[in-house]
Amino acid sequence: MIELMGLTKHYGDKVAVDGLTFTVRPGIVTGFLGPNGAGKSTTMRMVLGLDNPTAGAVRIYGRHYRQLKDPLRYVGALLDAKAMHGGRSAANHLLCLARSNGIPRTRVDEVLHLVGLTSVARKRSKGFSLGMGQRLGIAAALLGDPRILMFDEPVNGLDPEGIHWIRHLMKNLAAQGRTVFVSSHLMSEMALTAEHLVVIGQGRLLADTSMAEFIRQNSRSYVRLRSPDRERLLDVLHRAGVRAVAGRGGVLEVDGVPAERLGELAAAQQVVLHELSPQQASLEEAFMQLTAGAVEYHAHNGGRPGPGRGMPPRPVVPERALSGGAPPGGWGAGWQRKRS
Amino acid sequence: MAVVGQVLRAEWVKIRSVRSTVWTLGTAVVVTVVLGVVICTLTRKDFDGMPEERRLAFDPTNMSFAGMGLGQLAMIVFGVLVVSNEYGTGMIRTSLAAVPQRGVFLFCKMLVATSLVFAVGLATSFAAFFAGQAALGGHRAHLGDPGVLRAVVGGALYMTMIALFSMAVATMLRSPMLSLGILMPFFFLISNILGNVSATRRIGRYLPDQAGSKIMQVVAPVNDETPYGPWGGFGIMAVWTVAALLVGYLLLDKRDA
Repeated sequence: MIELMGLTKHYGDKVAVDGLTFTVRPGIVTGFLGPNGAGKSTTMRMVLGLDNPTAGAVRIYGRHYRQLKDPLRYVGALLDAKAMHGGRSAANHLLCLARSNGIPRTRVDEVLHLVGLTSVARKRSKGFSLGMGQRLGIAAALLGDPRILMFDEPVNGLDPEGIHWIRHLMKNLAAQGRTVFVSSHLMSEMALTAEHLVVIGQGRLLADTSMAEFIRQNSRSYVRLRSPDRERLLDVLHRAGVRAVAGRGGVLEVDGVPAERLGELAAAQQVVLHELSPQQASLEEAFMQLTAGAVEYHAHNGGRPGPGRGMPPRPVVPERALSGGAPPGGWGAGWQRKRS
Repeated sequence: MAVVGQVLRAEWVKIRSVRSTVWTLGTAVVVTVVLGVVICTLTRKDFDGMPEERRLAFDPTNMSFAGMGLGQLAMIVFGVLVVSNEYGTGMIRTSLAAVPQRGVFLFCKMLVATSLVFAVGLATSFAAFFAGQAALGGHRAHLGDPGVLRAVVGGALYMTMIALFSMAVATMLRSPMLSLGILMPFFFLISNILGNVSATRRIGRYLPDQAGSKIMQVVAPVNDETPYGPWGGFGIMAVWTVAALLVGYLLLDKRDA
């Protein structure tokens, strides 16, 4: 269990992490999501006591990281796959870490086998591919058989086989009752692995919710209709009491009415349809909307023009999202209401 | 404390598992001994042509350490690399996550590296002495002569302190290029100039290497007005090193890794 209490980090005038309070619980994979530069890595470094918080604190099973005896037995972390001396062999890299925490030498061979690096154990890590470096970093994280595992963007730069392997590994570790805290800037990746989500933008907490709840709130399904006789179709729908919204490229979008019913309505009035397709708004879109809100907040209230550092340009919010007044998800909206 | 024992063993694994350890220390040994022998050989040939006063103040022991000036540069490189290897590679974050007590981390790293340097320094010093004396032939000194054993052990102590001072500076500066860029010209050129120009000699002789090298002298040079003895000089060097270590530790403890 990791508890963050009002964790804040300033670099000069810049606020990298801004009053983060949340708890990472055991037994599940917790996704830590945010755009590049949102403060994910800084937060993780503060958990490990590498960076000193400007305010607030982190507790690991109630204690500060520096108070842990043999910390690798409590927390295993992969922050940066290149955080090792390239001239040292994989086995020696792990051996020096094992020695420092009183972990038996046999464990080095075990974790090397676990990550599939036994054949290159004596090779210097300088020559390793990104994927092999990542595996060695994971071996180091697993070395102390810790109850808490923390991975910063573990799938970055991996091939599909490696990505598949890491997803399984994380799920297995969580299933063993461990706390797994993994960061990513890709919603789609998190949707596949995480059971719980913590979303941050510009260092602020935007959401702390279960994945199922996030999907339920954010994945809107609708039906897309396209007809050469758009006006008549609108008329037909209107008379049937169905509310349609204009989408991009002359299509109509209908919420909450099954495609079958819409097809039957059109057929009854002999309106020609070129498209009748059920759609699902992507989680990626919901995530972008959520974090776009954080950028917007700063632009308006912080007096800072344009998007902040390292943030992608604000995505265009799809028209349909605005049709009902509030965005469908309510996460971004709820957060903004709370703040403003 | 059990933790210290573990971290010492970890640092030993680190230091023996990179190639830079072997080639820097190896270079220090070879350069110091070989250059010492060459200079001793040349001195023996020139000895009879030297002026009377230089012959009287001839210090055969110190002469065999003539290679130290160049050999110490390899020691500086070793000291700098021991610390900056951590920073240059990002290894420091992995290391400090494993050993979050930064004082313990620094102490153990320094202790392991210093012990190794002392062992290598002792071997170098004795090798340079015996080889140098052999090359000097009839003008040689003996280990049993007064002050000679102190000077030979002093050679090892001097090398050790130079390496430790370099580790401390690298801990402050983190970057290997910056550390070497300051230490190398300082010890090879600036300190020598300050120590040999009469106007600056009064200040120059309190610099770490100028003061520390006094421990390798057996016979004082003519008109020597140095206000400290061999151990006094070494003490001055030690004060410099302890001060640098303290600053290095305070910076390491405070800053983000």
